[in-house]
Amino acid sequence: MKKAFRNDAHAKVTGQAIYTDDLKLHDMLHAVPIYSELPRAKLIFLDTSAALKLPGVIAVITAKDIPGNIYYGQIIKDYPVLVDKDINSTGDVLALVVAKTREQAIAAVPSIKIELQPLKPILDPEEAMNPEADILHPSHVSNLTNYHRVRRGDVTSAEKEADIIIEEEFSTSRVEHSYLEPESAICHLRCDGVMEVFGSMQHPFSTRRFVASTLGVELKDVEVKLLTSGGGFGGKDDTAALVCARAALCAWILKKPVKITYTREWSMRESYKRHPYKMRYRMGLNKEGKILSVKARIVADGGAYCSVTPWVTWRSTVQSCGCYEVPNVETDVYGVYTNNIFSGAMRGFGSPQINFAVEQLVEIAAEKLGIDEITFRQINMVKQGSTTITGQVLENHLVSLNQVLDTVLKESDYKNKRQLCSFGNPNHQEWYGIGLAICYRGVSLGAEGTDVNSAILYVQPDGSVLLETGVFENGQGSESAMILIAAEQLGLPLERIRYRMPSTSNIPDGGSTVASRGTIMGGGAVVKAANILKQIVGEAVQKYTGKTVSNFENSQLLDPSGVLIMSWDEAIKLCYNNQIYPYAFGVFQPPQISWDEETGQGNAYYTWVYGCQAAELKVDPKTGIVKLLNMIAAHDIGKAVNPFALKGQYYGGMAMGAGYALFENCPCENGLVVPTNFNKYRLPRSIDLPEMKAIFIENPDPVSPSGAKGIGEPANELMAPAIANAIYYATGKRYHSLPIRIKI
Amino acid sequence: MITVNGINYYDYDPERKLSLWLREDLSLTGTKIGCDIGVCGSCTILINGEPKLSCRLKVKDVENCNIITIEGVALPDGTLHPIQQAFIDAGAIQCGFCTPGMVLTAYALLKKNPHPTRQQVRQAIRGNLCRCTGYQQIIDAIMLAAERLDLKQP
Ligand code: FES
Ligand code: FES
Repeated sequence: MKKAFRNDAHAKVTGQAIYTDDLKLHDMLHAVPIYSELPRAKLIFLDTSAALKLPGVIAVITAKDIPGNIYYGQIIKDYPVLVDKDINSTGDVLALVVAKTREQAIAAVPSIKIELQPLKPILDPEEAMNPEADILHPSHVSNLTNYHRVRRGDVTSAEKEADIIIEEEFSTSRVEHSYLEPESAICHLRCDGVMEVFGSMQHPFSTRRFVASTLGVELKDVEVKLLTSGGGFGGKDDTAALVCARAALCAWILKKPVKITYTREWSMRESYKRHPYKMRYRMGLNKEGKILSVKARIVADGGAYCSVTPWVTWRSTVQSCGCYEVPNVETDVYGVYTNNIFSGAMRGFGSPQINFAVEQLVEIAAEKLGIDEITFRQINMVKQGSTTITGQVLENHLVSLNQVLDTVLKESDYKNKRQLCSFGNPNHQEWYGIGLAICYRGVSLGAEGTDVNSAILYVQPDGSVLLETGVFENGQGSESAMILIAAEQLGLPLERIRYRMPSTSNIPDGGSTVASRGTIMGGGAVVKAANILKQIVGEAVQKYTGKTVSNFENSQLLDPSGVLIMSWDEAIKLCYNNQIYPYAFGVFQPPQISWDEETGQGNAYYTWVYGCQAAELKVDPKTGIVKLLNMIAAHDIGKAVNPFALKGQYYGGMAMGAGYALFENCPCENGLVVPTNFNKYRLPRSIDLPEMKAIFIENPDPVSPSGAKGIGEPANELMAPAIANAIYYATGKRYHSLPIRIKI
Repeated sequence: MITVNGINYYDYDPERKLSLWLREDLSLTGTKIGCDIGVCGSCTILINGEPKLSCRLKVKDVENCNIITIEGVALPDGTLHPIQQAFIDAGAIQCGFCTPGMVLTAYALLKKNPHPTRQQVRQAIRGNLCRCTGYQQIIDAIMLAAERLDLKQP
């Protein structure tokens, strides 16, 4: 049997892996947050005197104690680490109680007297967009965090030529990432003056910026070390960084190590969510089944703070017409401030919402035209050499949409099973349905940020190797993927390579391990570093033996005719004996992208991935309960680096997509997140999910040095529309909002 | 007296929450806290062989009981239990936060039912949330462990 490889599996299966809350430092104090009860208010007064008299309480830290900047943020610096005057959300933290134990700190919270002056909250994005509305962030000119658009062709004339025009509205829910490990941080001021931060986060460099800004110190004075992370899914950025910044603040003031570990309730109350979207689409079509035009208006509730809303909605803009060729497009996308809990990055990053709408929209269009939904997709979907709605010609990689679609059609026996669908037939005991969805996805960040990553390979005198890259482990197995790529490149067994404990002080910032970019970017950097390393070693061997090294295989160096020159260990010894360091720093920089914000035109992403997912299900006509029968996915992942981990990404992504479709919802009432634990927030459990099938389509990407692309997000962005379509074929009813509740 | 992973304890605060006693006082941090209200299964331990949620119990509830935590599953020489090995081999581990609870739930299941169907495994782990894996490879792992344990029986 083939076995999975993970460098951290042994520690995790024996309970030895150290997550942040598992760590204790000597003389460590505990801090807990105090929240605002109102979604919008002015903080008038905060009396800590009674709390300070309670047993174990050491201090109550407020905004006045912040030596650096009170406000920080990834794009707009609008988030108060602690509130000084303006409250914009019930996730806002007014103060921190620090005590000898966490229980003592929690016990002191009710003794803090808080006086707020309530202001009328704005909870509906449409209301916030009204020019008459109060400006929530006075330093910002409007309640828009951003506005993106696409302008292509001429929608008005295209609509005149159209045989039919359809108009549909869709909305999606606010979703909690639900990493099983709540936020946790431990900070202490080291004797060399560096604030050392241990935590669980998406991107240690982002955390470092939050901490340095709060303390008012330089980046060199903060070192962030990522401990084992109990899941992220895009969700451990701003909030996790704020938790670290607050722990660092307490440690800075009190000169003692400070831990903050969130309860699930605090985590769900304060942490950002997936953006709820409202989407209005108008599509013009001709009788032959061609999409002539799309006009789309998309509004994203960004909540109280900006976070990465401009980037999330940018992806929605670029992908606003799904994976279809549309010659005439007018897309307007708004990111809006409200007083709801803020929204930010989550696995999928602005595409699950769009796919939910577009993959139903195309089926509605096909049905209106009397064309089957697969043929309609085949007519309109992007093919080799197609031009996207932003004017990018898809020619630098294999466009494999037809391949993923055909694979799923065949593997699921879609066409035959589609004939069996119930369509709400009253004579059926249970309603059966099958549905699918397809997508393309721009790889990595696009115009969301600078795309570069680096890797260090450092061979020790005994021939063993230390590896480090700018990608970070959030549970997905990125370290293992990097080790596998390095081992293959160097011709060494896996056990000779160790991944160094990541730290922000060792390697340059390679951007966040998000956007499914870990494998392509980090893997690319590992390949570059390995090439440099092989050149260093090869040149040394050439110089001292006169022999040309052409291959590194099975811990051996071979000449062009495959004859052994010397072993890897001997070659490394030779390097060290001659004062040559086998140390390589590799950088991977993908091709530049281009973007014009005015017209929404440009080469938005340097390459694309393609995927298709399908689901079969049954609906009980009496109760409306949906039972999933199976789920299947085919994605072009470029190259399978770590097959078991890759499958894990498929399955986990499909499961999360199923949760999005059927269960998950995080409504806000008067700005306060309603479900604050897993008793009220319904995650998919084992019995809710069916057997799943994962199919790899491997078309190595010429842009990717390792050939691999990404999977984390594509796997998560299709199951909701696939299920929605299956529900339509089962019940005969379209559901336009998430999560789907069947009305009987 | 309380026995934890073969060691007897006599001195404890009976009112202390069991999960905290294990994590903070005995440094057995493999027991995780995901929800603290008894709905996620991260804090699962075995009490007299039965999977129980340590966040819902006090120390006094387990007096005279035999407790096994994830740290007590492998052999003293470090050899992994076949269930642990199967979790590694089948790719059932991602972030690992649910893993201790899953392994212990599986341990109890296979003691009772050495030849479960996939559906029975699904039922058995329904109290253990996992956000990463979609449960598929966890079920694969438990089926694999059952198969291997079976081969070991004479
Ligand atoms: S922590 Fe005990 S069940 Fe979640
Ligand atoms: S592996 Fe992350 S929650 Fe299960």
